[in-house]
Amino acid sequence: MSKLPDLWQDGLAAGWKVTDASQGGPDLKLECDVVIVGSGAGGGMVAEQLSSAGLHVVLVEEGGLYSSRHFNLRESEAYPQLYQESANRLTADKGITILQGRTVGGSTTVNWTSCFRTPADTLAWWRSHHGLDAMQDAALQPWFEQAEARLNVGPWQTDPNVNNALLAQGCNKLGIPYSPIRRNVKGCWNLGYCGTGCATNAKQSMLVTTIPAALASGAQLLTRVRVQQLLLSPGRSHAEGIVGQALGPDGIQPSGRRVEVRARQVVLSAGAIGTPAVLLRSHAPDPYRLLGKRTFLHPVVMSGGLFRQRVEGYNGAPQSIFSDHFLHTQPLDGPLGYKLEVPPVHPLIMAATLPGNGPVHQRLLKNLPYWQVSLALMRDGFHPESVGGSVGLRSDGTPVLSYPLGAVEWEAARRALLKMAEIQFAAGARVVLPVHEDAGLATSWRQAQDMIRQLPMQILRTRVVSAHVMGGAMMSADERHGVVDQTGRHWQLDNVTVIDGSVFPTSIGANPQLSVYALALRAADALRRRL
Amino acid sequence: MTINRRQFIRTGLLGAVALGVAARLAAPHPAPGFAASAADRQLIAALGRGMLGSLPATAPISLVDNTLAAIAGLPLASQAELRQLFDLLQQPLARMALGLRPAWPDASAEQVRATLDGWRYSRLTLLRSAYQGLHGLLYAGWYGDTASWAGMSYQLPASMKGLLNE
Repeated sequence: MSKLPDLWQDGLAAGWKVTDASQGGPDLKLECDVVIVGSGAGGGMVAEQLSSAGLHVVLVEEGGLYSSRHFNLRESEAYPQLYQESANRLTADKGITILQGRTVGGSTTVNWTSCFRTPADTLAWWRSHHGLDAMQDAALQPWFEQAEARLNVGPWQTDPNVNNALLAQGCNKLGIPYSPIRRNVKGCWNLGYCGTGCATNAKQSMLVTTIPAALASGAQLLTRVRVQQLLLSPGRSHAEGIVGQALGPDGIQPSGRRVEVRARQVVLSAGAIGTPAVLLRSHAPDPYRLLGKRTFLHPVVMSGGLFRQRVEGYNGAPQSIFSDHFLHTQPLDGPLGYKLEVPPVHPLIMAATLPGNGPVHQRLLKNLPYWQVSLALMRDGFHPESVGGSVGLRSDGTPVLSYPLGAVEWEAARRALLKMAEIQFAAGARVVLPVHEDAGLATSWRQAQDMIRQLPMQILRTRVVSAHVMGGAMMSADERHGVVDQTGRHWQLDNVTVIDGSVFPTSIGANPQLSVYALALRAADALRRRL
Repeated sequence: MTINRRQFIRTGLLGAVALGVAARLAAPHPAPGFAASAADRQLIAALGRGMLGSLPATAPISLVDNTLAAIAGLPLASQAELRQLFDLLQQPLARMALGLRPAWPDASAEQVRATLDGWRYSRLTLLRSAYQGLHGLLYAGWYGDTASWAGMSYQLPASMKGLLNE
């Protein structure tokens, strides 16, 4: 637990309306103007906008309320408390591990604070190939500016940590352009523990910005409630609210307590797996069979470089350097491009991610402070064969994402593993280990090339992860080609609005939080006008 | 030769799965979730010996506790899958079909590791996913524990000293 000041303590003392549904009691029945399902990047933004406009908002979150006083930098506590499925959400074939938040503030509470506007070439593609004529750079600019001002997005003035600096150094040696990453922080201590919840409240997540502001304007927050479905009108053209089940104190098993919120408007902000799941469980109209389809992940492959000097990838801002060079070396719809960044290197996640076992793996971990790790996130959803995954329901109603990796993704994965190894050797790595079960330690770039060219590219051998779930309820200019319109309004349910990353018709090609924020502000404004 | 071996593995696996399912159906009232037993603790200790290699003397106890705590934190669907896997591994015929002759508590670290490596490189994604699932759980169980930190010369940031309640 952090002993630093926690604005939630003061807010709760001042009478913020927060109900932890796991605490037991009679069934809950509420009425409001707008019920918002999910408190992450989409839900947090819209909650503040609508509450400040005088509307009565109820925000419903599946996770618990954890704030700075609970954050103690321990992975073993943070992953089960703050992440979906203990930071081990898997695709249906278990080939991809997904990092996604499940707590008040959603993924914004645990993300690594990287901020990018939606790339211009992505928006141009949405206009030309998906008919999204409203997605004009100039028209979106004010929304980006508003989001950036609200969340203090700005250049990171401190030197990058060694993990990031080595990516820059390697790129520099090879003539690959790279840039600093903008971050949504205020008074950041440069600790490196963004992923376990910011103990110093520097990260301008929804947890410390919009949600407190919404509560101060009279909004109500329900935690530990898993929303089951929409209450649909008999004609299935309108939602009358939502029903959910309270979870027990373990946050896993439903307690039997029923939660019903009746509302004039329903906003779905449960993320690109959760939002399609709510609509699927509700048997919402889906005349063109598009719901839960085209879910994108920015599938990530990783490479470890062992250095002579201490890297201490657990210390310092996790992400401060990136290179988009390999997003631009082929056409947008050609072989998949990838963005280069680094992840923070903490013991638990590193141990679980690195291949191998026994004494060999022990030696890898003994050298934890000397590892530099690079990652390549692939831009999916543009190549004709990169159609993403689909969200379905298990027999117990919980969602599962099926995302088969095909030849297009594997070709890009191999290409990215090669390039990351080359960059790591250029930066002075003594040894490079592609994160793959069949890989060994390469001591030269030549040896790495020979090895990586031979690696079998298969799930559960090549380690593939994702921290960006997008799509599944895509926007479209007409009802035949999407689930929602260009302001997030559901085509068949007139008072249901989707405000999260589900609305993207492709991946973003950059860390998506700022894209979600800007489109959320825009959608919230349109919704407020409709009310 | 390869084909024969693969056929054997497939047949063995199918038989093993059938046995596991039978054991599950025979259980009187399957509780929701994992519901750990004493045999599960022995199995985790054995799998840990093989997966992690030799650890400090006190590690195995916390490894078992931490792993069970991690399982209890998973969604019910994942807990049910792990229950099936554990039931399967505890069937002697299934265990042998999956590559381990001695009972789990009697198996050496090398024998367990050889079995796990068989799954790790298997052509069957089911076996690879069992390996990867156990890999993640066991490594989280040990390297999430502060007792493992000294071995990596890892520590929390000095600037937070005194600011965290332990």
